Amino acid sequence: MERSLRKYSPIFILPTMLAFFVGFILPFIMGIYLSFCEFTTVTDGKFVGLKNYIKVFQDATFLHSLWFTVLFTIVSVIAINVLAFAVAMLMTKGIRGTNVFRTVFFMPNLIGGIVLGYIWQLIFNGILQYFSRTLTYSSKYGFWGLVILICWQQIGYMMIIYIAGLQSIPGDLYEAAEIDGCTKRQTLFKITIPMSMPSITICTFLTLTNGFKLFDQNLALTAGQPSNKTEMLALNIFSTFYSRVGWEGVGQAKAVIFFIIVVAIALIQLRLTRSKEVQQ
Amino acid sequence: MTSEKKQKGGWGLTIFLSLFSVLYVLPIVIVFTNSFKKKAFINRYPFTLPDSKSFVGFENYIEGIRKTDFFNAFGTSLFITVGSVALILVCTSMCAWYITRRSNRFTRSVYMLCVFSMVVPFQMVMFTLSKIADMLRLDNPLGIIFVYLGFGAGLAVFMFCGFVKSIPLEIEEAAMIDGCNPLQIFFKVVFPVMKPTYISVGILETMWIWNDYLLPYLVLDLKKYKTIPIAIQYLKGGYGSIDWGAMMAMLVLAIIPIIVFYMACQKHIIKGVVAGAVKG
Repeated sequence: MERSLRKYSPIFILPTMLAFFVGFILPFIMGIYLSFCEFTTVTDGKFVGLKNYIKVFQDATFLHSLWFTVLFTIVSVIAINVLAFAVAMLMTKGIRGTNVFRTVFFMPNLIGGIVLGYIWQLIFNGILQYFSRTLTYSSKYGFWGLVILICWQQIGYMMIIYIAGLQSIPGDLYEAAEIDGCTKRQTLFKITIPMSMPSITICTFLTLTNGFKLFDQNLALTAGQPSNKTEMLALNIFSTFYSRVGWEGVGQAKAVIFFIIVVAIALIQLRLTRSKEVQQ
Repeated sequence: MTSEKKQKGGWGLTIFLSLFSVLYVLPIVIVFTNSFKKKAFINRYPFTLPDSKSFVGFENYIEGIRKTDFFNAFGTSLFITVGSVALILVCTSMCAWYITRRSNRFTRSVYMLCVFSMVVPFQMVMFTLSKIADMLRLDNPLGIIFVYLGFGAGLAVFMFCGFVKSIPLEIEEAAMIDGCNPLQIFFKVVFPVMKPTYISVGILETMWIWNDYLLPYLVLDLKKYKTIPIAIQYLKGGYGSIDWGAMMAMLVLAIIPIIVFYMACQKHIIKGVVAGAVKG
């Protein structure tokens, strides 16, 4: 089979490889190179060493957006996972109407970030005007607005994953626990949560990276207002590229730093939660 | 015994979750009711139903469709999504089968690169990719399909590889002895077996591409082509303030296709999410 496969290799892998090269590998390598350059388009890069990176760390908006993103990610990861897990527990209890509830909770997840942002902008401004404020009055409103929005969007998705995990826990474990006289609390912490570790790993991974990469919702809900105080990393990088002339190199350097942070977080998180998974 | 338990707590929780569900869909309902109200009433009284004073019928819809050229944007979105997903499914499944069946250093590194590309945030390649796409004249709906193949290949190849590994080699060897060439083996033997994976990957890629804002915004020639998220974001630009009447109508029009799609293939969507999560 090996030999006949080799003859056909162009048909099988060439289209994907070509697109993957143009759409990912080439821009990625150029991106790393250009982060050490001064440039306006990709062909006129002049090597300037670490100058861009030094500028990144002198840029107060970048540091603020980094801090804002970290805080947002921590709060949203905890909120989404705790709520999604709780809802998933309810959904596996055989309550009447479970299918309808599951359908409803999952739905916001299919709606795109831009649309979600404007929906919630209307709602928040509607509520806040009773206190004669707007969403862009203070960065606190923007922060909690984004947290609520992201919970609303992602709880359903994570709930689906948790339900699948909970359903795969063998029933005899619960029976054994009942015979041994476990309280409900003990069952939760000694059986349900440890046995759900694989799905907890996946869900925290997804919410962590989603939180860090958040862009559309941020752009549509507050667009960084007031005065860039609610700007997250992805939006900060975008505006460095496209609304500050001559800062393309700095934008690219920020993007490289962003990339390193995301990969580091992903690796650390996977190692931490994987080590807590129990052998089945 | 267990059924008795269900009966007991059942109704209380059902009522609680019903209230929660109503709260969950409320934002969308509010957008829907506001889309029939006069502009001035939307911002000031977003939580009231349209009455004789504020009701404007379909005026917002007509205005919004005119301003955003909605049906054109819908067509562009549909074309890009269907085209990209179809191309991704065919090309990446062939590629995944090939690199799984021919294990050498090259195919293993292709696999690793695909996994790696899933973690890389889009901002990392955003600037260089949009310039490369410009240079290669990929700034039209047909060209962007190619870009999506490249950028979506990571997840798709990864998921297909996971499935191909579970297909017993004997079937393919039997087909080869019967005189099939690799193309025939793939389309007559492997393709039918992989159907569930096609649906899962297709759903995940559809959800991503239909709602994607940044990639088409940077790659497409915006004077000629807009997707739905771009058209909605454009309602904000230029005038400084948002025309909330048109915005509400466009949000409703953007949500309707998603809800239709969701209702039509809800089962597959939920299965796809679980499959994607387990593999990821």
